[in-house]
Amino acid sequence: MNVVETSGLGKRYGRTWALRECALAIPAGHVTALVGPNGAGKTTLLNLAVGLAEPSAGAVTVLGGVPAGSPAALDGIAFVAQDAPVYKNLSAGDMLHVTGNLNHRFDRAYAQDRLAELGIPLKQKAGRMSGGQQAQLALTLALARRPRLLVLDEPVAMLDPIARHDFMATVLAAAADGVSVLLSSHVLAELERVADYLILLSKGRVQVAGQVEDLLAAHRMLSGPAGEADRYADRPVVHVRRGEAQAHLLVRAGAQNPVPDGWEAHPVGLEELVLAYLREPGAAALPGPARGRGATMTEVAR
Amino acid sequence: MAAGSAIEFRLDPGSGVPTYLQLVQQVEHALRLGYLKPGDQLPKVRDVVASLAINPNTVLKAYKELETKGLTAGRPGQGTFIQATLSQVALPELTGLRRSLSGWLAAADGAGLDRDGMVALFSSALRDFYERRRGSRTRGSPASGETEGVA
Repeated sequence: MNVVETSGLGKRYGRTWALRECALAIPAGHVTALVGPNGAGKTTLLNLAVGLAEPSAGAVTVLGGVPAGSPAALDGIAFVAQDAPVYKNLSAGDMLHVTGNLNHRFDRAYAQDRLAELGIPLKQKAGRMSGGQQAQLALTLALARRPRLLVLDEPVAMLDPIARHDFMATVLAAAADGVSVLLSSHVLAELERVADYLILLSKGRVQVAGQVEDLLAAHRMLSGPAGEADRYADRPVVHVRRGEAQAHLLVRAGAQNPVPDGWEAHPVGLEELVLAYLREPGAAALPGPARGRGATMTEVAR
Repeated sequence: MAAGSAIEFRLDPGSGVPTYLQLVQQVEHALRLGYLKPGDQLPKVRDVVASLAINPNTVLKAYKELETKGLTAGRPGQGTFIQATLSQVALPELTGLRRSLSGWLAAADGAGLDRDGMVALFSSALRDFYERRRGSRTRGSPASGETEGVA
């Protein structure tokens, strides 16, 4: 089952396309990271998936083919928007009460236990909580709805390191319980630990999509003499870093591909991979289901 | 992490070692040093996830690898338990081996090798040793009867 599936999906604001020709199929059971520069279309894609925005072109379905925004979709998805939105003048207990009444499924016992664990008193007003506590409150309310898909827009951007760790620990524990997670993030360093599926957006288009394990296995860093860097033509080159004597090529090649004489091959990390693609908006890696079923794999473009 | 688990995992983000492999290596290390013994329970997947804030599939991959290596076994509904040991040699023998290694280290030092030189020489000899052994095993039909060439 795919938790989010899009075909030809586009969203236009005025004359500007925030998202274009987006074809994605995110399988269930993953923690998916949505990355990309500011203005790449991350929030637009998330808003379309949760039904807060209507497509200008194409279609988006969730939870195995349910139209985004339909009652069945809303029922199975919990969304925490940017900056952990809570009503500052309401207490934690009030927020719990309101959210419980607005949703036909709400695990009140879970929410109360969780807030107790976090040391957040029910009487405390949201506006008087720390940023980390507000984020945890928003997350608790989302998880108490017992969603099958949890969508988070830049959930940890404003949090200090400990609050960020604790927040992600809660999200990942939910993932361990079987909730699929889709989150946008700027924090590349933590990505490799957290995400096992990656989507990289650039200028409104999907640039990279796939399981992290597959993406890492399909890329290598070749290091060798700078003079020969331009002659390398065996496999598509994503990004080149060149010194006077030595050059590093990030190439789309696996362990089975031969290494040229005089060159060394190293495995790449996720952060290195993402940075390379961010620096080369023209390159694409879209293996697996990202291009939709039956379509061929897009190789490079430099 | 839940109280009562014999070990706690940690992560070294700067090591360059994949996260799942760090978990595998920590279990192996704890087995070699005797912190873990057969029958001990590994931390529950959800507890590892919540304490390190890592992807659950990473922990599952590590636990699967340990099971494939025959070091652990999963008991349905209970968790993952150690079932093998990695310290193959009894303590008195280890002490003897350590003493002879110390003698070698003193000789290498006397000959003018520094620390890095000793590590390089030892690693190289170790590699040769196992390559030779693997070579003689894969070829190893008794008919060949030939011993590995020693220069």
